[in-house]
Amino acid sequence: MKYDVAIIGAGVTGSAIARELSRYNANVCVIEREEDVCSGTSKANSAIVHAGFDAVPGTVKALMNVQGNEMMDKLCEDLDVPFNRNGAFVVCTKNQDRSALDTLYKRGIENGVKDLKILERDELIKMEPNLADDVTCALYAPTSGIICPFNLTIALAENANENGVDFFLNTEVKDIKKENDSFIIKTNADDIEAKAVVNAAGVYADAISHMVSSTKMEIIARRGQYMLLDKTAGTHVSHTIFQLPSEMGKGVLVSPTIHGNLLVGPTAEDVPNKEGLNTTGDGLGSLAPLSALSVKDVPYRQVITSFAGLRAHEVNDDFIIGEDEDTKGFYQAAGIESPGLSSAPAIGVALAGEIARKEGFAKKDNFKETRKGILNPATLSLEERNELIKKNPAYGTIICRCEMITEGEIIDAIKRPLGARSLDAVKRRTRAGMGRCQSGFCSPRTMEIISRECNIPMEEISKHGKGSEFIVGINKEV
Amino acid sequence: MLNYDIVIIGGGPAGLAAAISAKDSGVDSILILERDKELGGILNQCIHNGFGLHTFKEELTGPEYAGRFIEQVYDRNIEYKLNTMVMDISSDKVVTAMNRTDGMIQIQAKAVILAMGCRERSRGALNIPGYRPAGIYSAGTAQRLVNREGFMPGKEVVILGSGDIGLIMARRMTLEGAKVKVVAELMPYSGGLKRNIVQCLEDFGIPLKLSHTVVDIEGRDRVKAVTIAKVDSNNKPIPGTEERYECDTLLLSCGLLPENELSKSAGVDLSMVTNGPVVNDSLETNVPGIFACGNVLHVHDLVDYVSEEATTAGKNASDYIRNTASASSDKQVKINTECGVRYSVPVFVRPDKMNDKLTVRFRVGNVYKNVNLCVYANDTLLMKLPKKVMAPGEMEQVILLKSKLNEIADLNTITIKIEEA
Amino acid sequence: METRELNCIVCPMGCPITVTIENNEVTSVTGNTCPRGEEYAKQEVISPIRTVTSTVKVSGGEWPTVSCKTKSEIPKGKIFEIMDSLKGVSVQAPVKIGDVLIANIADTGVDIVATSNVEVL
Repeated sequence: MKYDVAIIGAGVTGSAIARELSRYNANVCVIEREEDVCSGTSKANSAIVHAGFDAVPGTVKALMNVQGNEMMDKLCEDLDVPFNRNGAFVVCTKNQDRSALDTLYKRGIENGVKDLKILERDELIKMEPNLADDVTCALYAPTSGIICPFNLTIALAENANENGVDFFLNTEVKDIKKENDSFIIKTNADDIEAKAVVNAAGVYADAISHMVSSTKMEIIARRGQYMLLDKTAGTHVSHTIFQLPSEMGKGVLVSPTIHGNLLVGPTAEDVPNKEGLNTTGDGLGSLAPLSALSVKDVPYRQVITSFAGLRAHEVNDDFIIGEDEDTKGFYQAAGIESPGLSSAPAIGVALAGEIARKEGFAKKDNFKETRKGILNPATLSLEERNELIKKNPAYGTIICRCEMITEGEIIDAIKRPLGARSLDAVKRRTRAGMGRCQSGFCSPRTMEIISRECNIPMEEISKHGKGSEFIVGINKEV
Repeated sequence: MLNYDIVIIGGGPAGLAAAISAKDSGVDSILILERDKELGGILNQCIHNGFGLHTFKEELTGPEYAGRFIEQVYDRNIEYKLNTMVMDISSDKVVTAMNRTDGMIQIQAKAVILAMGCRERSRGALNIPGYRPAGIYSAGTAQRLVNREGFMPGKEVVILGSGDIGLIMARRMTLEGAKVKVVAELMPYSGGLKRNIVQCLEDFGIPLKLSHTVVDIEGRDRVKAVTIAKVDSNNKPIPGTEERYECDTLLLSCGLLPENELSKSAGVDLSMVTNGPVVNDSLETNVPGIFACGNVLHVHDLVDYVSEEATTAGKNASDYIRNTASASSDKQVKINTECGVRYSVPVFVRPDKMNDKLTVRFRVGNVYKNVNLCVYANDTLLMKLPKKVMAPGEMEQVILLKSKLNEIADLNTITIKIEEA
Repeated sequence: METRELNCIVCPMGCPITVTIENNEVTSVTGNTCPRGEEYAKQEVISPIRTVTSTVKVSGGEWPTVSCKTKSEIPKGKIFEIMDSLKGVSVQAPVKIGDVLIANIADTGVDIVATSNVEVL
């Protein structure tokens, strides 16, 4: 298999680059170790589109963040991805030095963040009544937003796929060899040959880079643990509430999610294991006292799940984007930790542009700019919904009771480009199983639907690919 | 818009008994809405025996018990819709429901009986640390997979929680060839019935570790091992007490939660203790004409009591339709629960309107031995019942007599509490 | 003389029962609150019995399995022999509650009967 460009990693970064490259007349593929896109760092993070006041002025991070933030409205409209600029506060408590807020404010202005303001408690409390009693003032960033990282990544990947990008899932890169002016990528499946390679491999970007380049790179897996609360707690705050860094660390955020839940986290721990996606008693236990510094009375009885994500932290604390200094044709998109989600649209444009220029790709004239998401029947009127059910009765059967997801939506998730083959993949696309019962009721039924629609035996239906099958066999035959 | 006198939300044991009772009380226009593909609810997957000793004076399995009620529904030609999800209930009792043949339908009811049952507490709600692999099931999900779908969810099993479903599944998995290595229970006592500990654990030599919880789950893709540890009196794991069990499955049986999202949409007040509606002696909620019964009201230990309660709800709903006067305008007396009694159902009693005998059900918060269960009306001791054992896993009841309550001048509170013998 | 402590399993009350045995005969039963408890305790210490519930495969039905039970109690020691005998058995839908699925399971003299209805798909 020969390609002009092979992108390693189908997270939000790899998918954004793939979509931007699909604007050009080039043969592009994405190689992903997991069974679905959005299965690494992109699937477990704060789901925030940052305003851009956090990164040090002059860094790649600062530039990409502010650009990415500005691009998000149009991108989300084109790709049918819900996005809400709910605004963010960085709160300062009475024991903290408020000059740190001024520093952030100035940094934001220098980075080009719009509409920043410092607000005093009396004004703050009107906007956010559940702020902790000790909060005295805050930096207000109205351009900060919330988004579903699954939705964005999947939309980018689907759109890239519709525009001709091939995706090799369940395909792990084992080695890369440069031969003449192309790369031979050895995988657990067939070899893939490409003239250019993009390294968007998240926490493994250093290992991938070292396969072919002598440039030194070190990516540390920095774990963040989160708790997600029921939608009944989703209005506890309406803005994203950050904390000023203190002696207790960087602090945790409390934020509504785009789907109306409440999210608290993350912790920050460097872990030696790049598969270390486990939560810990200490980590989860630290969230309640930490969050109480900025937001009071978070209803922790309403926790529906907890999870951990790994940030791909680069030791020099910046994104590495562009052609490798050592190896021509090898492009880096490495060290993409927060604000990676916010930056992805800008990284995609920047890197695809550079590759097109250097590799000599011309724009194609039939690029399909838009993509339609999975229809959400809950947004329809009663009459419209009836019409839909008449046309396709599968929209009349609720499978996930908590999120009210219909069979029609699940079938759509399975049948569309880069369709779901596992329960987690269905969940990321439709939210089936993401509600308060955490798939207790719907998992057997979703398994049946995947089995029926894809003609896969029930014993092979998995949570997230091979090795994570749900059942070990037929009763009395095992 | 369709019109029915009574719409019953849920066709499980509570909904069925309520429908039968309402019909027998003279209401003809009844509709049961059931989300699953058959009537009977969770009983259909509870294939073990032990149901019906009170109701039928014989020991039945879950499907047999449900079958007897389903037959009665058929005999009475009570209408029902299967595969039908109720999407919303409004406070003026318009029920919006959906299925694949009718589409979205709206039904104006004169009375609504909430009988949606409950769900299991999930791993997420328990904050169990560790990885998130396949192989972690609530006991009820595993029960459905094994008993109805005919699959085996795992071969080597650890169970957290000694609720009845967990105990029952320990036996089921063992019988079908799996190895159940241990049942861990956070509390110093089991949440299940004693008979289930004997028949489901002791019969098969499965250890029950009280005051233990899961502190780690290993395995990226599928469960590889589960570590449990002893907990202190604040339910915090004690370092150094960890025991690691290699296994491919973790079953959770850590409590049931009434499913009241629809009740909330109708404006029904919920109890912070039971997570079920606050009802009066006729099992009517604060919304006139909306009644509740079964596990959506409070989690029961025995289905026989669900049937009994639902029978009352069905009759009261039919009385409501005939009288149409809202019960909530009557004088109500609150039942206070103290000293170990966690809650009561009902919460309010109407001394003028109540039936001659009122069964008040409740649970206690700890294991009590050789105590007196006392009921006061204002400060007057109405009854004192000596109890050898009371435990959180078992539902308790007292019967209040209308005649006795009406003897009390200026009755303003009823109190149920545990006193030392 | 030997005494044994039991938890009665006849009904959900689970009474704690003390049984005294002399020369393989029960001489006293205390702690029970009903006659069935006494009967249970005597049986339990001499030769314990249980009802077995499980499932049997169904072909052509709306469900792949039908629930079943031993029509009456069987000796506790026979439980796993019965479970083994249920393997490989398949019945044809429809099945009605009470239908005999397997007669005289594992030579116990007890039949396996269906406890649920499975209609033809």
